[in-house]
Amino acid sequence: MSASDSVDRTRRNLIVATSIAGGAASVGAAVPFVVSMWPSERAKAAGAPVEVDISRMEPGDLKIVEWRGKPVWVIRRTKEMVDSLKAVAARLTDPGSRASTQPDYATNEQRARKPEFMVMEGVCTHLGCSPQMKTAAAKAEMGTDWIGGFYCPCHGSKFDYAGRVFKGAPAPLNLPVPPHVYVSDTTILIGDDKKGA
Amino acid sequence: MASRLMALWDWFDSRMPSVAEEWRKHAAEYYAPKNFNFWYYFGSLAIFVLVIQIVTGIFLTMHYKPDAGLAFGSVEYIMRDVWGGWIIRYIHSTGASAFFIVVYLHMFRGLLYGSYKRPRELVWIFGVLIYLTLMGEAFFGYLLPWGQMSYWGAQVIVNLFGTIPFIGPDLALWIRGDYVVGDATLNRFFALHVIAFPLVLLGLVAAHILALHDVGSNNPDGVEIKKHKDPKTGHPLDGIPFHPYYTVKDIVGAIVFLAIFCSILFFTPEMGGYFLEYNNFIPADPLKTPPHIAPVWYFTPYYTILRAVPPLFNSQFPGVLAMGVATMILFFLPWLDRSPVKSIRYRGTLYKSALGVFVVAFLILGYLGTEPTTVWGQFGFDAFFLDTKEIATWVGRLGTVIYFLFFFLMPWYTVRDKCQTEPDRVTM
Repeated sequence: MSASDSVDRTRRNLIVATSIAGGAASVGAAVPFVVSMWPSERAKAAGAPVEVDISRMEPGDLKIVEWRGKPVWVIRRTKEMVDSLKAVAARLTDPGSRASTQPDYATNEQRARKPEFMVMEGVCTHLGCSPQMKTAAAKAEMGTDWIGGFYCPCHGSKFDYAGRVFKGAPAPLNLPVPPHVYVSDTTILIGDDKKGA
Repeated sequence: MASRLMALWDWFDSRMPSVAEEWRKHAAEYYAPKNFNFWYYFGSLAIFVLVIQIVTGIFLTMHYKPDAGLAFGSVEYIMRDVWGGWIIRYIHSTGASAFFIVVYLHMFRGLLYGSYKRPRELVWIFGVLIYLTLMGEAFFGYLLPWGQMSYWGAQVIVNLFGTIPFIGPDLALWIRGDYVVGDATLNRFFALHVIAFPLVLLGLVAAHILALHDVGSNNPDGVEIKKHKDPKTGHPLDGIPFHPYYTVKDIVGAIVFLAIFCSILFFTPEMGGYFLEYNNFIPADPLKTPPHIAPVWYFTPYYTILRAVPPLFNSQFPGVLAMGVATMILFFLPWLDRSPVKSIRYRGTLYKSALGVFVVAFLILGYLGTEPTTVWGQFGFDAFFLDTKEIATWVGRLGTVIYFLFFFLMPWYTVRDKCQTEPDRVTM
């Protein structure tokens, strides 16, 4: 039997074994590169809770604060705004906020600890744009059945004054409510609900 | 003197003959069909624009700072204080749009003359890969000026990956390198934009051209010139050497291209907000989305497809999936088209009208993507199936359906089409 017309099984097996070992080593060598793209320890450490002073907010005011790099809204709702929440329920995707993200104490129609003050992340659940407040006066732009809420400029999602999404919008869920707590009558702490309360 | 130069060339050639060999193989003795027309300018123009982008890009990196605190200011510094900085930056930003115009026309040429059909499937597949890589390159580059559109565009596109079931949120986090688009994101997009993707792009362009030169170029008649060769020389009878015939033709194309390119560059570099969006002259603000955001024009057809699909099962993934399928389906074009002829010249009315409707739908999808969904107002009536009354959303849905039907029905209508017989040789 000559070397040209047969395979040396031992050598072939060695080639296969070294190829597998080399391949495994290459995959192992990719690990530090892949993990280097995760958020660094410094990025993870950022994100402490923030305090918001609500003493000077007039009814209808919207205040934006930054928490974990995201815009968080504090809205002092007027009575008409709170009343509108009941009226729109039939037009919403998730009126009971069952699939949406909020703490237990905000799983109600107003999605708030106190109906007057709404705290929510101003980040659309579709693709992360920040919606804008459109009051009931914006009917010309938003359609005749509009009774006020929020509008996402990126893909046209609409939300009511509790951040609940309207049907027919690309956003699947209501705007998230972050953990928060009233430290006093005029101060809300966002990002933590264990202190005080 | 001349004999000295010849001696020097002989010295070089005897040590590295592959240079002369490759020159002959890919230029002096690469036989291309003699009937190339207007549509055959865009391949060489794409390479020309690639070179422009690489050269201007190198000089921009000399002054640009990939840092969330400094990026916006460093671009303004380039525009105002760096000698020649404004023109280098405008060449680069205009070049990005020019690249897509040239590539879209190049791809449309493929649809006209069936250039993706057997035996050129691999040429087409490498081309689609180039197109996808170019989209990534443009997306990474658009974040770098760190304006409002940069920021919110990146936010939306990264979140597209976040919608993938199960792995999505972690994948988006891994891409951003932070919980929101931030300095880490900007830094890595810079690395990908200036090193990784250009390298991939160059490799793919090489593969695209090598694959093309192995099988030979298609032509407006869609007939194979290799079928009829000169018995003595072995060269195709309907072929002419790429150099000097097509190098000279392509130089004419490059000059006309430059005339148009420079008119835009000097008179309207922002192109009315289509090449450089006005909102991008405002520094990135993570707390405030601009009132109207839209991607740059070359992404807008796919953006409209994304917006057109309503969420299902509490997830926006179907829209993302539709957008992904809309680009991926291009890979399958060589197998979807079952027509016996390649060129539109010999196809029947079915393919001609399908292509016409597809082009109109693609342009409308592109236009709608630049506008808010409220652009055409609402329907005046109510109906149970209207989940939204916005006219633009419904037209976008119609366009999306047409876009997909063009591909999905292709195996059906290309077989039933009444085609003419192809000629044996090319016509002039």
